[in-house]
Amino acid sequence: MPRYEFSPLGDSGVMVKLGEVIDQQTHEKVILFSEYLQEHPFPGMIESVPGFTTVTVYYDPITLFDPLDDILPYDRAVAILEQMSQQISNTHSTEYRLVEIPVCYGGSFGPDLEVVAKQNGLSVEEVISIHSTTEYLVYMIGFAPGFPYLGGMDERLATPRRSSPRLSIPMGSVGIGGLQTGIYSIESPGGWQIIGRTPLSLFQAGESSPSLLCAGDKVRFRPISEREYDNGEKVY
Amino acid sequence: MSIEVITPGLCTTVQDTGRFGFQQVGVSVSGVMDKQAVQMANMLVGNQQTDAVLEVTMRGPSLLFHKDMLIAICGGDFKVTINDRSVLPNRAVWIRSGSILKFGLAKEGCRAYLAVAGGWDVPLVMGSRSTNLRGSFGGFAGRMLAAGDKLVQSSPGSFSQFLANQLEKKAGAAPFYQANWFIPSSTLVKNGEAVVRVIQGEQFADFSEESRQSFFEQTFQVSTQSDRMGYRLTGPALELTQSMELISAAVTVGTIQVPPNGQPIILMADRQTIGGYPKIGYVPTIDLPIVAQLRPGEKIHFQEISLRDAQKALIERDSLMKAIKLGIEVTVGWR
Repeated sequence: MPRYEFSPLGDSGVMVKLGEVIDQQTHEKVILFSEYLQEHPFPGMIESVPGFTTVTVYYDPITLFDPLDDILPYDRAVAILEQMSQQISNTHSTEYRLVEIPVCYGGSFGPDLEVVAKQNGLSVEEVISIHSTTEYLVYMIGFAPGFPYLGGMDERLATPRRSSPRLSIPMGSVGIGGLQTGIYSIESPGGWQIIGRTPLSLFQAGESSPSLLCAGDKVRFRPISEREYDNGEKVY
Repeated sequence: MSIEVITPGLCTTVQDTGRFGFQQVGVSVSGVMDKQAVQMANMLVGNQQTDAVLEVTMRGPSLLFHKDMLIAICGGDFKVTINDRSVLPNRAVWIRSGSILKFGLAKEGCRAYLAVAGGWDVPLVMGSRSTNLRGSFGGFAGRMLAAGDKLVQSSPGSFSQFLANQLEKKAGAAPFYQANWFIPSSTLVKNGEAVVRVIQGEQFADFSEESRQSFFEQTFQVSTQSDRMGYRLTGPALELTQSMELISAAVTVGTIQVPPNGQPIILMADRQTIGGYPKIGYVPTIDLPIVAQLRPGEKIHFQEISLRDAQKALIERDSLMKAIKLGIEVTVGWR
């Protein structure tokens, strides 16, 4: 079994480090450990948050304290997690969910599409083609509700962020920032180059699974016309 | 209808202890900033700890009551009045329908809490009644209160009703009656300078020796760019011995992160779930109420505490809170 590294995150969290670099192998460990925690929450565990190379587990120190043995709640949490790490099978999960995301590229939905093309010496059509034929991996969700950190963008599309960020980027906007691509899940300020927009809602407050995407999913973009965008369902 | 907002104040929101279980899909925890004040306010009206309260910031609202209610106000001192007569914080208050409760400007502290017996009745969104301001959901319509909003009270439990009946009898014909017993409040900073304890962060050792020293020896000032998301501090610039690119990972409430400009930020209730700046330290849960009550211009002096002592202090406070709860029940003759 791999050795996991534990460290405190404040007085109510344990950060479990599963690797040193962002790669597929570490990501799979993160997903396996997260799934195990979801299925086997321990008493006093509040929630867990997968990252690129970490899983952070939040716990309630009061629940994890037993006056009879006086063990520090952090030490008890680490002992539980260490034991859990032995239970997790070493087999890599090969099953994943592929989510197709329709995107209307360019025009008013993607005001920076030409910037990305010019920056990389490509035509607009080539940018769309490269962006929509790649399969992306959802490393984690963060920054905003439902916002996916996607890995796997073709380096030919890499474009620096805008020198001055926009104050408001509409929900569903698909952007490129450096070597990353992503989707603005809620209206938000931001500095990424915006190349298109999806009619799908990436986040719906109130649902039992409010986020369209989860860490571990794969994503593929499908180009659609403006007409298709207008007809596109806002729900998923 | 239970109450109506006449003037909303600067930033008045419905909050509970927070929204948990959805950080993995990027949803901030939110919830009240000063948990200790809220725990007390809820205790005073016989509520559960998780019942929703109103959080009032710097300049408070005026509220018209359309129903007799049992309330309590804890946290910062906002010179609260009912029908222009002053009301003391940290005690149970029975208020008659038709009365106007007015919060003034914060005289001490930054945030006050209005608890009502039964809690405020807004829909549970993903397990919580807290307002997520950035995502515009939860709480009252996902936003701060505005003039004309009408808030409803959930039905109070039997202990709350017992308390309310007791105070109502003593009120006679008066518009309100406040209990003659109270809980002392201790987290407000009196001289504008707070001592806040800090557990060493993951990258503490990566800061220069000089920076580590000045972090604990000098004072930092709360800047005007401080809100429910985080407190930006100004003070001696904190420098790493060498620049580092960190891989983004989960961040928790109380995390003190240091962006490249060297000026630390304390992450608070509405923080993002993921962060990538070096973490010089963490404010322990026990001291977060102190930070929550600081306002722009006030000063912080950091003092080191071990993880062990921070968790022990939290456990001790929990026992104290349980003793206070029992004390209230005995005082009013419920037990």
